[in-house]
Amino acid sequence: MSAVLSDLSSSIPFVQASGDSDDHQALTATLFVLVVLLTVGITFWASRNTKTAADYYAGGRSFSGVQNGFAIGGDYMSAASFLGISGAIALSGYDGFLYSIGFLVAWLVALLLVAELLRNSGRFTMADQLAYRMRQTPVRTAAATSTIVVSIFYLLAQMVGAGALVSLLLGVDGDTAKNLTIAAVGVLMIFYVVIGGMKGTTWVQIVKAVLLMGGTILISVLVLAKFGFNISDLLGQAADNSGKGSAFLEPGLKYGVTTTSKIDFISLGIALVLGTAGLPHILVRFYTVPTARQARQSVLWAIGIIGTFYLLTLILGFGAAALVTGDAKQRIVDSGGNLASPLLAEAVGGGSGTTGGAILLALISAVAFATILAVVAGLTLTSASSVAHDLYASVWKKGQASGADEIKVARIAAFVIGGVAIALAIPGQSLNVAFLVALAFAVAASANLPALLFNLFWKRFNTRGVLWSIYGGLISSVGLVIFSPVVSGKGLDPNGKNLSLLPTSIDISWFPLENPGIVSIPLGFLLGYLGTITSKERSSEDRFAELEVRSMTGAGAEK
Amino acid sequence: MPEKATPQAQAAYDRIHATDEFARLKKAYRGFVVPMTIAFMSWYLLYVLCSNYASGFMDTKVVGNINIALIFGLLQFVTTFGVAYWYAQYSAKHMDPIADALNDEYEQEANR
Repeated sequence: MSAVLSDLSSSIPFVQASGDSDDHQALTATLFVLVVLLTVGITFWASRNTKTAADYYAGGRSFSGVQNGFAIGGDYMSAASFLGISGAIALSGYDGFLYSIGFLVAWLVALLLVAELLRNSGRFTMADQLAYRMRQTPVRTAAATSTIVVSIFYLLAQMVGAGALVSLLLGVDGDTAKNLTIAAVGVLMIFYVVIGGMKGTTWVQIVKAVLLMGGTILISVLVLAKFGFNISDLLGQAADNSGKGSAFLEPGLKYGVTTTSKIDFISLGIALVLGTAGLPHILVRFYTVPTARQARQSVLWAIGIIGTFYLLTLILGFGAAALVTGDAKQRIVDSGGNLASPLLAEAVGGGSGTTGGAILLALISAVAFATILAVVAGLTLTSASSVAHDLYASVWKKGQASGADEIKVARIAAFVIGGVAIALAIPGQSLNVAFLVALAFAVAASANLPALLFNLFWKRFNTRGVLWSIYGGLISSVGLVIFSPVVSGKGLDPNGKNLSLLPTSIDISWFPLENPGIVSIPLGFLLGYLGTITSKERSSEDRFAELEVRSMTGAGAEK
Repeated sequence: MPEKATPQAQAAYDRIHATDEFARLKKAYRGFVVPMTIAFMSWYLLYVLCSNYASGFMDTKVVGNINIALIFGLLQFVTTFGVAYWYAQYSAKHMDPIADALNDEYEQEANR
């Protein structure tokens, strides 16, 4: 999720196939196929009971808090977390850890301010909650737009990463193979969503979370065992092996260089901690449980699972820095850190060329693949639901569409969104993955969170307030990135590689930060306030008492 | 799309909104989440700022290779788990009984 993911696809040199790695790849491929068969089987099994719109969008609201907690973990611990954070720690030491903390603390915002109130007052999508006491058509259009934009950015990041990673792990080279991988991931994701709906997708997330936790715990225990469970020794060897000494264990190695990079880090930190509670694919998970109390339980479980996972990424990251040496270490560097976890698994299994190493490498690679599949399915479902429920049924049909029609449209939308994601991911392989994910968090925090919080806690909030905060947050966060060094003006690195998206001959940058959060998030709140007080609309206040009672007591909530 | 509430439901919402119990529920909820949100956000921002601007303090070694920065980071995990646990206990004790009683009243009034 960090800069280590930068230029994932463009900078990866491909594995040279040798006799040993052929065996590894056969094993890896077998496990990948098993993961696919398992998830496809789950999807068919779950689809038997998907009949109504509530089944399709919200899994019939039949999941328990524990199940949904695992599913939230499955949705949240993306490939960028699993491979990116441990990779960031392996390369940048302590600075990589800062991401884990932001991603975890963010869950307190969701727990205290959003989860239960949203469960009680919404139905299927984020827009249901925002449009509760507002004019339906403009608010739903805005909320659906922002849902789709955030989800597509997040989706692209996962798919571009998936293409590069899977082809690397399987040792297949060349653009055709990478494009085929992206297309295959896209087709699978459309399949999960079209056939399985929310039930199938949720079970895929649960299985993935269990696999991911199992794999992470296994490797962590093996790493710690190498050091007699002495953390200090592990850190010491990581610092020595990194070649950077004790600075490797201290903050600032990566972000503490200039004043701008320090402000950029604060901006990123704010976006991460406020983005989670505005991510549409996380918000819709709260609708899959029967009551607000179960929504609370699911967040508590999610915090436990995600927190444990991020603690273990610390061991994986420092473990990779300490234990992976020689050629494998160079491969971690060349992959921008993304291969730290798989190569660490190989190292603790006995190293390259050993059976133990090959088995663990294949296992962790398959877990990473399951992770990617589950996250893209969740994102596609969320966007498709918003298209069908908000744009088709509410805006276009003015609420006159039947549940069966909505499901049909959602399935068509899943095809279209999946197709768009494949179409964008194939030429977009030179896009910076970190830029896409961090942008998704910044957009969610700028466009969605202010509107959600104002709607729940501020009586006077009205339609214009929603529109200004959503569109203002959306345009300012995306706009500032376009004029940031991420897109142009960074120039070349010492190896002559272009550090920005656009060719070096074009420089449109004037905004100095890579993450827009520190500007666009306060702007989203400010515009929500200004839009509200400049509008004469007071009708939104009429239903505020109803919204308050319903959100806090569950009176009249969807069952 | 949230359907317009029936007249009975609307009357029930308005009546419940005006009760002392609902005021107590709201006070119990906001009395916990507002100070807690300010506290954990400040604590998190303090950590981010220290990482940026207090390197001398953060780099101090405590035991072996374990420095203040690592402990500070791990404390963020501890406080996150702690706040979550505290909220679970608090809401079950001070909020859920009121919410359940009001929800029951609503069910009876709205579905008459």
